[in-house]
This record gives sequence, C-alpha cells and structure tokens, in this order.
Amino acid sequence: MNRVAIVRFPGSNCDFDTLRAAQSQGGDAFFVWHRDTDLKGADIVILPGGFSYGDYLRTGAIARFSPIMQAVERHAAAGGPLLGICNGFQILCEAQLLPGALLRNAGLTFVSKPVDVTVEQTDTAFTCDYAPGARLGLPVAHGEGRYVASPDTLRMLEAEGLVVLRYVAATERSPFQPNPNGSTNHIAGICNAAGNIVGIMPHPERAIDRLLGLTGGAGFFSSPISSHQNAASSRIQA
Amino acid sequence: MTFRVHVRVMPRTGLLDPQGQAVEHALSALGFAEAGAVRVGRAIELDVDAGSRDEAEARARLMCDKLLANPVTEDYLLAVEED
Repeated sequence: MNRVAIVRFPGSNCDFDTLRAAQSQGGDAFFVWHRDTDLKGADIVILPGGFSYGDYLRTGAIARFSPIMQAVERHAAAGGPLLGICNGFQILCEAQLLPGALLRNAGLTFVSKPVDVTVEQTDTAFTCDYAPGARLGLPVAHGEGRYVASPDTLRMLEAEGLVVLRYVAATERSPFQPNPNGSTNHIAGICNAAGNIVGIMPHPERAIDRLLGLTGGAGFFSSPISSHQNAASSRIQA
Repeated sequence: MTFRVHVRVMPRTGLLDPQGQAVEHALSALGFAEAGAVRVGRAIELDVDAGSRDEAEARARLMCDKLLANPVTEDYLLAVEED
C-alpha cells in the first residue's frame, strides 16, 4: 500500500524532486501524465509544483480540467490521500477540492527562500508523522501564494482546525522572514475536513536531504506511507 | 449566428489588488496625482455561435462560471454584440 502517483502536467517542474522524496520514504513512486485517465493503482496521489499550462488565465485553472483530474477526484472522494504542493495546491483550489484561492503575492515579486512554518494539524494523511506544533523550515518558491477565502470559509477553517501549516514570525533563532506572500491569517497550507486532501505552498520535497540544508519536509512523504501501512496492518490484525 | 462576446474579469472589490496598487503608484510617480483606486483585471474576447443573443450570453455566462473567472475571487461583466 505505498504506490505513489505523481501527476505531471505540461509545465510541472518539481516532478522529479517529488518522485525522489516519495521514494526516499519507501514509496513506490511513479509518474502519471495529465492526459492519462487512470492512476495506475495509486494509493497516494501528489500534484507537484510548477507552472502548469504556463499559469495562463489563472494558476491551476486549466490543469484542473486535465483528463487525469477526474480520476484524482474519484481517488479523493473515496478517501484516498491527495497532496497538492505549490502549483498542486493552486490546482486543488481551482478544482474546488479545497476551499479558497491563491492570488498574486502581496509584494508582487516571486519569492524563493526558506520560511518557518508550524504544523498546526497532524491529523491528516500527510502530517501524521509530525508532532503537533512542530516548527519546520521549508522552502517556498512562488509568485501566487497569497491564500484568500471568504470570511465564512476562513472561520470554518480556523474553527475546525483545517489550517495545516502556518507561516510563523521569525525568531532570534531563525533568520527567515515570516509570511512571504501576505496570505490571510498567515495560512501556508490547509486540508479538507476528512484530512485526506492537503494543499500547501511550501516545498517539502526540497527539504529531505541534509546535503541541501533542510530536512523537515520528509514527514509529508513518510506520513501517508506509514499511515497506509498502519491501516493495512490494523486490518490484518482485525 | 456568430456573436462577439466581451468578458471583463475584475478582482472582487475588497480583495487586495497589489497590481492595481503598483500601477497607481507608478501613475502617481509620473505626475498623475488625480488617479486613484486603480484595479487591474483581465479582458477576454471570443466568438460564440448561437441561435440568438440570449443563447450566446447564457453560454458565455456558463464559460465564465466554469473557467474564465474564479467565483471565489473575481467578478465578471459580459457584453454580447452581433458580428
């Protein structure tokens, strides 16, 4: 139960990093092309970062109608783990699999740097290996990461604990600046009520190897694999 | 009949529009102190084959709701003219 499909759209550019990150945590990871119509038996689906369809019209707006997205929506509706990273998060919002939208950074510039985030919700398919409140350094790299949603949606997200990652103010300990894009409530990632769909702007796949500096991202890839294994073993015990 | 549909998509009022702000600052720097409340949106034009103007507008509205505008963050205006 560790087959990880990484969906490639024209313009995806974090696909190989994401593949490698999933493999590093024991995932049997493989690519699925956006024109494909089935997920090749995937247990876990990840929409990687990049610039699908050149970000034309709006980020993620065209990719969300790719043929593969019907299979992705079925996978998620059946409770399957689905992670969107950066452009993948934008696609999930456009597909209305997650509420809200991601708009042009408040500072108008593309921001590529490490930031500090806290893991606020660990009861999700992709964060269950983290300790609640864990503080991570993760890279962001986006021009359109300012999360917005209607006041009702924001109240719901906060009341039901659906904010997964939040940018935190830099401390003396950290050289990183907080909120890089002006997102509402410093939101960096959210999930659906069931916790199987998660969307995040930071790039955990770029933070899995000591060689590259940060290692805090590995949990996003180990979590669904280990929780699948736990679910499988508990079923066997039952 | 073919109709030319003009779609104007604008960021929803009340949402921060950093592009509009940047353009406003640039106008101000150029001496256009009278310019204010600048907002930047998007214009889309397309031909629509339909039996009537109403049908063309209904189809265009569907296109806007489904793809051309984001219902969470944007509002749109339609204008339909006969080609």
